[in-house]
Amino acid sequence: MALRYRKERLDRGIKARCEDIFALSSYREILYLAFPRVLPVAALLILPLLKDVVGLYWEKVLVITCAIALLSLSWDLMASVGLISLGQALFFGAGAYITGFLNYTFKLPPILTIPLGTLGGAFFCTLLLLPVLRLRGVYFAIVTLTLPLLLARFIETTKILGGTEGMSALSPLPNIWVELYVSVIALLLCLFGFRRLINEDYGLVLQGIRDNDRAVMSGAINIYMFKAQSVFIAGVAGAFTGAFMTHYYQFVGMPAFALDYSILPLTAAVLGGVGTFAGPTIGAFILVPLSEILRAFGTLRVVFYSVILIICVVGLPEGVFHYIRRKYHQFERMVEVG
Amino acid sequence: MEDKTFLKVEELNKNFGGVAAIVRVSFSLQEGELLGIIGPNGSGKTTLVNLLTGFVKPDSGTVIYRGMKITGKMPYKIAELGIARTFQMVKPFYQLSAFKNLIIPLYSPRVKKLKGGKYGDRDDVAIDLLEDVGFERDSFVPYKVASSLPHGYLKRLELARCLALRPDLLILDELFSGMSMSEVASTLPIIEKLNAEGLTIIMVEHRLKELFRIAHRVIALNFGFKIADGPARNVMENEAVKAAYLGSEDGD
Amino acid sequence: MFPSIIIYGLVNSVILALTAMGFSLTFGISGVANFAYGGFYIFSGFLVWMLLNYLKFPFILAIVVTIGVIGLLGFVTYWVILLRVRGIALSEVIATFALGVGILELFRWMGFVTYEFTLPYLKKGMIMIAGVPLDYQRLFIIGIGLAMVLFLYFFTHYTRIGLAFRGIAQNERTAISLGIKSDRTAALSLAFGSAMASVAAIVILPLGIISINLGYEVLLIAVAVGIVGGLESVSGILVASLILGYAQVITGIYLAPEWMMVVYLAAIVIILSIKPSGLFGKFKELEERV
Repeated sequence: MALRYRKERLDRGIKARCEDIFALSSYREILYLAFPRVLPVAALLILPLLKDVVGLYWEKVLVITCAIALLSLSWDLMASVGLISLGQALFFGAGAYITGFLNYTFKLPPILTIPLGTLGGAFFCTLLLLPVLRLRGVYFAIVTLTLPLLLARFIETTKILGGTEGMSALSPLPNIWVELYVSVIALLLCLFGFRRLINEDYGLVLQGIRDNDRAVMSGAINIYMFKAQSVFIAGVAGAFTGAFMTHYYQFVGMPAFALDYSILPLTAAVLGGVGTFAGPTIGAFILVPLSEILRAFGTLRVVFYSVILIICVVGLPEGVFHYIRRKYHQFERMVEVG
Repeated sequence: MEDKTFLKVEELNKNFGGVAAIVRVSFSLQEGELLGIIGPNGSGKTTLVNLLTGFVKPDSGTVIYRGMKITGKMPYKIAELGIARTFQMVKPFYQLSAFKNLIIPLYSPRVKKLKGGKYGDRDDVAIDLLEDVGFERDSFVPYKVASSLPHGYLKRLELARCLALRPDLLILDELFSGMSMSEVASTLPIIEKLNAEGLTIIMVEHRLKELFRIAHRVIALNFGFKIADGPARNVMENEAVKAAYLGSEDGD
Repeated sequence: MFPSIIIYGLVNSVILALTAMGFSLTFGISGVANFAYGGFYIFSGFLVWMLLNYLKFPFILAIVVTIGVIGLLGFVTYWVILLRVRGIALSEVIATFALGVGILELFRWMGFVTYEFTLPYLKKGMIMIAGVPLDYQRLFIIGIGLAMVLFLYFFTHYTRIGLAFRGIAQNERTAISLGIKSDRTAALSLAFGSAMASVAAIVILPLGIISINLGYEVLLIAVAVGIVGGLESVSGILVASLILGYAQVITGIYLAPEWMMVVYLAAIVIILSIKPSGLFGKFKELEERV
């Protein structure tokens, strides 16, 4: 009789030793748990310091990567409550335009315009999306897809807020250290903040709404209130990105509502692993530098993202992060059967 | 003179694209009663529950709860007022452990208000609630993921989910369906005790033997109409009710 | 002035209705989301163009082949992509959206962006109606449009397949238990919807050039008409198209042509505030999710 094998997956010894209080039992366990958390934080904090080594160009890529990562986090938060957004550009553009407007018209400094743009953008988008929250999830996707397109057209037609030319010669950010560290710190705050949020009971309610909203409603919870709150919080992250980048580019125009700002975060999130927050961040750090390297291919990059999206959604729904986490915590071996 | 009726349903009507699901149904409920609702499949029992709890809006008619009109209110508002219901097709949060399932109703404003904001650790309360409905604490059943639990446990989880809200009116939609004889035997006293302690209960059931044992009053539906309303003994003998059930299962 | 508003308004309305119908069929009636709709629309245009210019096909043959190919593409899309993610709304939306974007941007990258990409009129010339000049193409559009609407209505109300389409939207479980093969029906609805996109593209695109951005606009139109009229109802598409069509033409004449797009935004915002499920939307918010 032929030997048959099956694959067996077991937790690594050190993981088993890390349950509860035993995590503190020795340095090895503490390191095991701390490593995945400390590494990205350290890396992100150190990268800006390497600007002379790596070159200014790649530092700029870092800022853009953080921006896309922030947008992905914002996307992921809404996805955690069951709202799929096909238009993160909405939040980006809203924050960008409000900030640009305040700076251009009233000459307010970035230290004021960015917070105002962030909050204003978040409020604006939440109000706009409020009516859709009561409908089926797909309606939300539809509306978020169309709103950035429509808003861009609206600006083009009415020629307000700079029309097709946009508003340029806006105030720059103080110096490159601010540019780099504000991006990185904002990203880290968002990443750890959102993860904490989703692990609290509040986050449990959000996920409940995503999985089974009728059951949540019968538990006397106003699901629309929670959905609106999620949109707002996600909006803060998204609008901040737009506000910040407006001063980074010193310009805001119709490209603020471009499809790229919707597709890239979406692809990063799906590639990295929806619902994990760490996943979208990893996804962004893979995709954005990759897209910079592939710059020569022009619009083909978008086709590339589409293909990745389809493959991930159909074949690898878990995402990269889950795979990495599994590898870290578990090992596989073949075991004899029969 | 204020009407002290706990729950008053008047001339409720609901049509689903040409099919009359509920036709001119009226009844009232006193506080502390245990009302049974019976009827063959398709008689409109679950629709009635949906109408009472806001998941479906009636075409006409009113539902008055403690003197307040609740017809057509949002389900979470109705739950907030103290009406909790189970779902016939169990709807747990499959990926969460059993006790985590209860965190969500424990998070509601109603519970926060009732306990003056100091309910203690939600996790502990959840475990206790599960023990009350028969989850064996020492074999770690409450910690198991909901998707790994057998059907009978999921049904009791539904019940626990309702109790987490500290309801004043509990509506059970075919709680016993899919439960084994022993599970029914162990759950029935829990319901009796809740009712004895003052909780008003409406039970929609197919298992007539158990229902007739504990219900004070029973309403029978057939094709959306109310065909009987009275003490359990009387409804059991009612000719129309017997005729409605002939040809379909007579309970277990 | 007045007769021209009536006539051009009608033409515009029919264009909107034709554009939106395929999307509505698939999403509204059988519940399958096809965000690749815009991509299929433009693909149809380019396919006809390529068959005519590269392979020198006769016009009729090019049309028939294109409609067939795009319909098949819709069918295949279901079996290859959607089948694996059916029921997970998130993945359905993202997958079809990605497909649409991929198709559109692929054409853009391949260089299909210059003025030479136009489709021929079915018949040149024009007639006068009530003192208003109307070319045959637009007249033809009206004819095809009305025929499509009637066909769609009768199809979904009186044929076995059409009723099956509506069945799986309303309650998939019941439909399955009644013997309607949910997957095959859904795939067919996707195929039909895509084929309708083709038809719409073939008669409408000759009016201008095949522009890639039109692909996104088509999705926008389909969505706007669907939201305003109610995605589940054929009469909703009609009424919504009429309202939006005339609103656009009037805005274009009295304000400025650029304002026509703004009409969509205004309409969506208004409807979402007053009656979110659409004018003829049969299902209220909660009852929708049985």
